[in-house]
Amino acid sequence: MPAVEVRGLTVRYGPPGTPPAVDDLHLAAEPGEVLVLLGPNGAGKTSTVETLEGYRRPAAGDVRVLGLDPAVDHARLTGRVGVMLQRGGVYPMLGPRRVLDLFAAYYADPVPTDELLDLVGLRAVAGTPWRHLSGGEQQRLSLGLALIGRPEVAFLDEPTAGVDPEGRIAIRRTVADMKEGGVCILLTTHELGEAEKLADRIAIISHGRLARAGTPRQLLAGGPDTAPGHPDAAGSGPSATPVVTFGGPPGIDAAALAGAVGPDTSVVESTPGRYRVDAGPGIAAPAVTAAVATFLADRGATLTDLAVGKSLEEIYFETVGVSAGRNDEPPAGAPVPTGTRARVGRGRPGRRARRGSAR
Amino acid sequence: MSATQALRERAPTPPLRPLLAQTGAELYMTLRRGETLLLTLGIPVVFLLFFSKVNVVSTPGTTPADFFVPGILALAVMSTAMVSLGIATGFERGYGVLKRLGSTPLGRPRLLGAKIVTIVAVELVQAAVLLPVGIGLGWSPGGGGMPAVAAAVGAVLLGSTAFAGVGLLMAGTLRAEVNLAAANGLYLILLLLGGMIVPISKLPAAVQDVAKLLPAEALSAALHATLGHGSAPPVESWIVLAVWAVAAPVAAALTFRWE
Repeated sequence: MPAVEVRGLTVRYGPPGTPPAVDDLHLAAEPGEVLVLLGPNGAGKTSTVETLEGYRRPAAGDVRVLGLDPAVDHARLTGRVGVMLQRGGVYPMLGPRRVLDLFAAYYADPVPTDELLDLVGLRAVAGTPWRHLSGGEQQRLSLGLALIGRPEVAFLDEPTAGVDPEGRIAIRRTVADMKEGGVCILLTTHELGEAEKLADRIAIISHGRLARAGTPRQLLAGGPDTAPGHPDAAGSGPSATPVVTFGGPPGIDAAALAGAVGPDTSVVESTPGRYRVDAGPGIAAPAVTAAVATFLADRGATLTDLAVGKSLEEIYFETVGVSAGRNDEPPAGAPVPTGTRARVGRGRPGRRARRGSAR
Repeated sequence: MSATQALRERAPTPPLRPLLAQTGAELYMTLRRGETLLLTLGIPVVFLLFFSKVNVVSTPGTTPADFFVPGILALAVMSTAMVSLGIATGFERGYGVLKRLGSTPLGRPRLLGAKIVTIVAVELVQAAVLLPVGIGLGWSPGGGGMPAVAAAVGAVLLGSTAFAGVGLLMAGTLRAEVNLAAANGLYLILLLLGGMIVPISKLPAAVQDVAKLLPAEALSAALHATLGHGSAPPVESWIVLAVWAVAAPVAAALTFRWE
């Protein structure tokens, strides 16, 4: 039995007929798994998580946490589920130690306060009132509160938002610790790097719908697209030919490199010094990397950061951008601000303009 | 498999532990907030001393202390149960604390229980400070004996319930900052119309009719009778208090938004 199951979830913040914040979403996560909901602001991530936490009821569809309905069986779940809200949720007057001690009293078998203070790295500020903590420290305290009751499922809404690099490491360490203990973790983020580092599986959400899902490796390899019903699935499916990205000196001759790799290959300088090679049919990845390395070596240039496959960022913008282009006229009051759509959709044609291709 | 299931079997939390911890936290925060102490102890003590000693408000038919001690006790109850509770709860709602607590095993009954115990505890502290000050000012409880004391305690409990309902009604529906202003505004109005400092007989007749329907006037009338004259509270005070003590909490429960 999955620890978390979402079947056809639709969430609406108005009367029937208003555009849904979440639209027929399907997800599942197993114990010991970290599922990351990735998507732009307003994609429906928080609405999904808050439905799973029992704060809202679905307009349609069905959610299950540990086999129970979180709205109906709320009292039976509170001892088994850990929650980290997107912000706030802590008495501003109380310091981490007092808050942790208080929350510990709510649970039958809490994690000792000192252990938690060390785990989330707050021992030095254990007596500082919450309102005087930095944003990152507040987030880490919230995370500590989410796992104090030794939950079987943890919902973490934007745990790394506004957190400094040191705090991010503490949060990653904590999430890894929970996962090791068999906790099913569902966390939301709009930060690609965090998603890639934390996730066992990533579900990219766009306009309340599941746009793509898979392990980071699967997503980077271009498949499998586990949202077959999605209208975008056909257009962005697995690509048969290798994609290679690398760094080098800015302004190398893209057309010449494309010719060196082989027929029907295109080379794009996406940002100065960053290149992307889309190899033509029948050219294997090792041949592409060898050609690139030779090409640069012949010109006395240093090759850096070579990667085979698309970056998660590319996949993400393809996915979110393509969805954005589909329903270009959002109804009034749609949950996603139109500015986001426009920004996501742009930028790609500009890149094509710099493309050099070999025929 | 059986090992995992054994791990998953959870002992239930002892029911009193969350309540005690929550009560401790509520008391700690209440007593650490300077503005709360000013409201619940500072202002009542200053008002009691000032109005008993400085003859700005005449108290026909009774000594100043015999009038102001019951009146200020009623004010103290209102400060604690309505203003202090309402403002704190409003901010807890605004900060997302109530929402966060909703996902813990604490539960609403125990959260409410902790707040009730906290109100009673603060009121005991208020009585422990105000009554000796009153005695020092020459207050004599009127000789009503145990029946009068029991009636006064009953009136305080009903009044606390009514005021807490009004405070939570505002805290659960208004934005935290609006709630702060509204609670303070209502406090001033009820202070002036409640017969706590200004005897109600000095108000215009039409205003008196309205004031007598308010929980503030009902409580102060009951305390003036029991702790000033040593007599039983007027029946209409009981009725007004009882109606407010039922209606306000019910309205709060029906309209309260947790986030």
